[in-house]
Amino acid sequence: MNDSLLSLVTFLPTFAALILVVFLRGEDEMAQRNAKRVALFATTVTFFISLFILAGFDPSNPGFQFVEQREWIMGMTYKMGVDGISVLFVMLTTFIMPLVIWASWDVQTRVKEYMVAFLLLETLMLGVFMALDLVLFYLFFEAGLIPMFLIIGIWGGKNRIYASFKFFLYTFLGSVLMLVAMVGMFVQAGTTDIPTLMTHEFASETMNVLGFTVIGGVQTLMFLAFFASFAVKMPMWPVHTWLPDAHVQAPTAGSVVLASILLKMGGYGFLRFSLPMFPIGSEVMTPLILWMSAIAIVYTSLVALVQEDMKKLIAYSSVAHMGYVTMGIFAANQQGIDGAIFQMLSHGFISGALFLCVGVIYDRMHTREIDAYGGLVNRMPAYALIFMFFTMANVGLPGTSGFVGEFLTLMGVFQVNTWVALVATAGVIFSAAYALWLYRRVVFGDLIKESLKSITDMTRREKMIFAPLVAMTLILGVYPSLITDIIGPSVENLISNYDTALAHGAAASQMASH
Amino acid sequence: MIQADLNIILPEILLAIYAMLALVAVVYTGKDKMAGMLTWITAGVFVLLAMWIGASGAGDNVAFNGMFHDDAFSRFAKIAMLLSGAAVLVMGQDYMARRGMLRFEYPVLVSLAMVGMMTMVSAGDLIALYMGLELQSLALYVVASFRRDSVKSTEAGMKYFLLGALSSGLLLYGSSLVYGFAGTTQFSGIIDVAGHGDTPLGLLFGLTFVVAGLAFKVSAVPFHMWTPDVYEGAPTPITAFFATAPKLAAMGLFARVLFDAFGGVVADWQQIIALLSVLSMFLGAVAAIGQRNIKRLMAYSSIAHMGYALMGLASGTALGIEAMLVYMAIYVTMNIGTFAFILSMEKDGQPVVDISALNMYSKRAPGRALAMLFLLFSLAGVPPFLGFFGKLYVLRAAFDAGLAWLAVAGVIASVIGAFYYLRIVYFMYFGEERDALDAPRSPVQHLMLVLSAAVMLLGVVNFFGVDTAAQAAAVALLQ
Repeated sequence: MNDSLLSLVTFLPTFAALILVVFLRGEDEMAQRNAKRVALFATTVTFFISLFILAGFDPSNPGFQFVEQREWIMGMTYKMGVDGISVLFVMLTTFIMPLVIWASWDVQTRVKEYMVAFLLLETLMLGVFMALDLVLFYLFFEAGLIPMFLIIGIWGGKNRIYASFKFFLYTFLGSVLMLVAMVGMFVQAGTTDIPTLMTHEFASETMNVLGFTVIGGVQTLMFLAFFASFAVKMPMWPVHTWLPDAHVQAPTAGSVVLASILLKMGGYGFLRFSLPMFPIGSEVMTPLILWMSAIAIVYTSLVALVQEDMKKLIAYSSVAHMGYVTMGIFAANQQGIDGAIFQMLSHGFISGALFLCVGVIYDRMHTREIDAYGGLVNRMPAYALIFMFFTMANVGLPGTSGFVGEFLTLMGVFQVNTWVALVATAGVIFSAAYALWLYRRVVFGDLIKESLKSITDMTRREKMIFAPLVAMTLILGVYPSLITDIIGPSVENLISNYDTALAHGAAASQMASH
Repeated sequence: MIQADLNIILPEILLAIYAMLALVAVVYTGKDKMAGMLTWITAGVFVLLAMWIGASGAGDNVAFNGMFHDDAFSRFAKIAMLLSGAAVLVMGQDYMARRGMLRFEYPVLVSLAMVGMMTMVSAGDLIALYMGLELQSLALYVVASFRRDSVKSTEAGMKYFLLGALSSGLLLYGSSLVYGFAGTTQFSGIIDVAGHGDTPLGLLFGLTFVVAGLAFKVSAVPFHMWTPDVYEGAPTPITAFFATAPKLAAMGLFARVLFDAFGGVVADWQQIIALLSVLSMFLGAVAAIGQRNIKRLMAYSSIAHMGYALMGLASGTALGIEAMLVYMAIYVTMNIGTFAFILSMEKDGQPVVDISALNMYSKRAPGRALAMLFLLFSLAGVPPFLGFFGKLYVLRAAFDAGLAWLAVAGVIASVIGAFYYLRIVYFMYFGEERDALDAPRSPVQHLMLVLSAAVMLLGVVNFFGVDTAAQAAAVALLQ
């Protein structure tokens, strides 16, 4: 079982989706309930099977584990595997999905299709984190756009058409440039095997492209092509504008998946491709990326401050938090990258929970307008408590996982570029400002709005959805080495390879200049 | 000697004889009453021939002193053309029957066009090339205006004829120059002159005209103007035919001429083909954005797709030919499914071509909408569908040949082009529910749609072996 465990986990949701497509007929309540149950059951089983991956994973081994490989077309291979960097993203995905399905219990329209879309999306997301073949990775990475496009377009809000097209075309444009670079790697290295490509040294001689001098040559160009894709996916300032639209228009579950998992693909891509495969290109671009991250943190925090729509506010806060991630990754030291991965995982729980919090009151009032609320604490004490917990976690209160990620990334960056760290730290203050202000406007004050007088507190189902998220946020906050122990060796390996490659590149360029 | 030669072109001879016999037989018996049956029989003959060619052929056979080649390349193209021709014939039959268009000339003309196409992809000589091309074109001019009483259809036929004649003229002019400077019309003779030592300038001049003439046939920009009008004007089953087998034949012929005759001067024609390719990709992507008529939209889509196939040719390597063949095979399969869907779009028995008529189609026919969704994303080149792998193939070939700029241009064009495919998805899935299309009537169209969509998804596993066949074909062509 061990040699196809990853495929099993990946394709189990697809299998469930197939069952729904083939066997489930009708639109009546019974069929809807069955669709929900099958989806919940499948995602839960997937989660439990994925625990075997975690249990069998050997943290001291920095290489790929559970590797499976089969012949495929065009000289490519179907190769899957996980290492310390990817295994926790796999776990995050399988952990979030059952909660997402459960949170969609009140969906009324086209329930079967809805569940099928989410199940397929889970397969594709898991595939992204496990694929060890360039084209296989691209396949999962891109194919994920299709269900998400449909989820936003079919079950989204008023302006869903615009948001879905923007989401698709924006990310598609970024990804196809990456595709060209991948084809280039395929041609130059003669293989699409990711572990092999990690050790392949791509040319880095300075070259001329259309009259521009490109330091780092091919590596920089390929880095930029991958950057186009991952920066959009991340999303980094200034290519983040699709995210607020997509988040606002997507149904609650779609927002949660988008924030918790899809956004992590960009960061994962940087760690899997950009740093190990194009070290010299990465080094050339590092200052730019660090400053872009710092700008993202401050700018989007300020933008979040003036939002009228709750989802939009949280979306901007996500962009800011992803700024810490890119900053940590390109600090390229142990604290920075550890922190970046930690931040991604913790953001997966926290922002997912925040979107669920918005979903709870949206389901009741059908508006996300901040001004439509106020004084909710009077009628919804449980909700107020949970919302406060995640607001604090979002701010980065010590004791929650949000703090660890921000602290580690800031520490990593401080060693590389003090000014960037200084600017980014200002973002922490802004994030406290917008998050707490949001909380005050929605929850505190007097309950004067007529429409809110009859609002009800969270149901048991809703509370139970939040329980695991609260637990994870707390556990990771007080005991972060749970994660850093697993990612540590792989990150260490990544950094030492990165440094060796840079030293090697520097020596080579010195030789050339002599 | 002559018998050996005849043996090699036996499939063509048999198909020609079949077409003539069928014509005579039907004229003396039931005429149009027999047309339905004749369509099925013709499709059966196509399939049988394809199986025969697939099973019998091996090695590289040359007939009539190099006029005619029977090699892995021509066999690959012939099998693909015959199968797609059969599929298009049977799926259009119901459509034509219900509109009183099913006349017995239709299968006969398609068979004759098929003979022409089979000659094209086997041509080893400029004369054979022209003969095949004209046989195909003359039959197609007639079927384009098959709906005699419709202004649009006759206009389509007329346009096709005039522009086709112009392109034939260009081609002939180019051929005469090539003959003048090479002293022979045989490809094997031309390649001895072109690329060995100083290539005469006149030869390249001639090559340019030949390429222009062929670009008309594959509808590459800037020789594409006839395509949208002909696609729109011709009856839909015939449009479906135009979009599949003849495109493949023209591409095959293109490859034959460029590699068999001018394989020594790749650098000279590479720039022309690359330019045709990049123009086609962008025009195909941009011009269809505002298009609501699905037939015109598919015309622009096919122009864009020809651009990608030309990208494979432009690389000028075995990998490029392989990529082109795989791309064309995938393209033809996708188009069969898409046109099967278009054929079934009707309201109150009348054909509908406006994409907004698909409002919320997914609610009424979820299965068919899903199949169409697969095809549309495949056409757009989004993984995991086969359309993406076709693009990957040509991108790799282009990159391998040092045409990285062409690859970048291609992917950017594909993002622009994705918009109009997504718009059809938008109408099917996100639109507002208004009056519905009729329920589909033809099980054959339904089958083709579902099959084609299934191939797009399942082909990812191993391409059904098409890539190995294409590889063998590419190697055979370069020999």
